[in-house]
Amino acid sequence: MTEEFEPKIVGFLCNWCSYAGADLAGVSRIQYPPNLRIIRVMCSGRVDPAFILEAFRSGADGVLIAGCHPGDCHYIAGNYKAQRRGILLKKLLEQFGVEPQRLKIEFVSASEGAKFAAVVKEMVETIKKLGPSPLKVQMEGLTYASG
Amino acid sequence: MSKEKLKFAFYWAASCGGCEIAVLDINEKILDVVAIADIVFWPVAIDIKYKDVEAMPDKSIDVCFFNGAIRTEEQEHLAKLLRKKSKVLVAFGSCAHQGGIPGLANVANKKEVFERAYLQSPSTNNPNSVTPKTSFKVPEGELKLPEFFDTVKTLDQTVDVDYYLPGCPPPSAQVAKVVEAIAKNELPPKGSVLAPEKSVCDECPRKKEDKKISKIYRVYEITPDPERCLLEQGIICMGPATRGGCEAQCISANMPCTGCGGPCPNEVEQGAAMISALSSILGVGGERDLDYDAEKMIGQVKDPLGTFYKYSLPASFLRRRRIKK
Ligand code: SF4
Ligand code: SF4
Ligand code: FES
Repeated sequence: MTEEFEPKIVGFLCNWCSYAGADLAGVSRIQYPPNLRIIRVMCSGRVDPAFILEAFRSGADGVLIAGCHPGDCHYIAGNYKAQRRGILLKKLLEQFGVEPQRLKIEFVSASEGAKFAAVVKEMVETIKKLGPSPLKVQMEGLTYASG
Repeated sequence: MSKEKLKFAFYWAASCGGCEIAVLDINEKILDVVAIADIVFWPVAIDIKYKDVEAMPDKSIDVCFFNGAIRTEEQEHLAKLLRKKSKVLVAFGSCAHQGGIPGLANVANKKEVFERAYLQSPSTNNPNSVTPKTSFKVPEGELKLPEFFDTVKTLDQTVDVDYYLPGCPPPSAQVAKVVEAIAKNELPPKGSVLAPEKSVCDECPRKKEDKKISKIYRVYEITPDPERCLLEQGIICMGPATRGGCEAQCISANMPCTGCGGPCPNEVEQGAAMISALSSILGVGGERDLDYDAEKMIGQVKDPLGTFYKYSLPASFLRRRRIKK
């Protein structure tokens, strides 16, 4: 393969903090890799584990969940729930033979444009090292796992 | 009454035989079944060969109750054959519905399953390392066995399915209801799950007070209060993520629900639903404590895949473990 692998990452960002953080990164003209497809949600606690699994099933190489810092969630505890779900899902992904680093849970506030850019950059690097998601290959046919 | 009798068929694929017992467990109602229907195929009870089924006209079986998941070539063939011969195909029991216990083999592939079953298990004595082959030559000719697949599938991942009757095995009251609905020609729209539109928690008589836990216990680690919700006492109970119809029978026996009823109505992924439910109550309220540690809190869940997908791994979004070549 001569072309460099460009991962597709789905990012669920909460409306009140992380989406605003991403916005700030944009208006501040901070450069970050274009691999992230952003989905705005009202709160990181709105992200159903099924959304994350569905993203992986649909061929995402990575999924980022970003919400307000602890104590700052506009719905009080959505971010704590998101964090716990994330940890549990990472364990589950590992059992499914998918590298847990493909899922990332981060706290990014509305003023942290630079942090947001750094998070995305680091995640893209991590996933480039891992290569394409094994589930992408699996989707093509269940015979994949015969190896 | 000279109304022509219906024709029923029963088949078992990758299953344990419990579903066959569930049919008999409807007790004297089995006489109602025989009153309305002739059983034209039922390997566990009557001697009809596959070639006899092949000879039947297409769509000549009115209702086929198919239990078991699909893991071999033979089961796949029978699923296709019975689909062709039947007007209505019912996925009977957890294995046909969601993959069931045999579906847990999707954490491995054929090679690993064979190694474990025929070579490594402590009770196995197999000095010549013999494992099943699809064909074998003997002086008398060639012997054949069906292929064993790497991945266990549900019935509806194999053929078109009309109805689902969940449970491991389906509760006999549910089976009786379905037979009655068939007799009265009152089946719901195609694709329906033939069970109530509620969760196991809805049917559970235990007191639910405060959904907030900080410690998880395995069943043998505590003696739970017989009146209170098990989940609230720290025992992982799949009730909130599982469809009812069983009257919460496991919980009545002081055991948590392990999820055999499949996903709740309007839920597609049982495991995801339970991950969501558990994460919403484990550690709740303690997040501001100095010693709150989300990793540790969640670390108490030892086997998410085996716990949340005990009966539904093949039907899950990710379906199976990916095995590195
Ligand atoms: S979680 Fe289990 S014990 Fe609690 S109400 Fe639901 S079914 Fe009953
Ligand atoms: S309580 Fe749960 S595991 Fe037990 S029969 Fe009902 S659905 Fe199945
Ligand atoms: S509103 Fe931002 S995480 Fe809840």
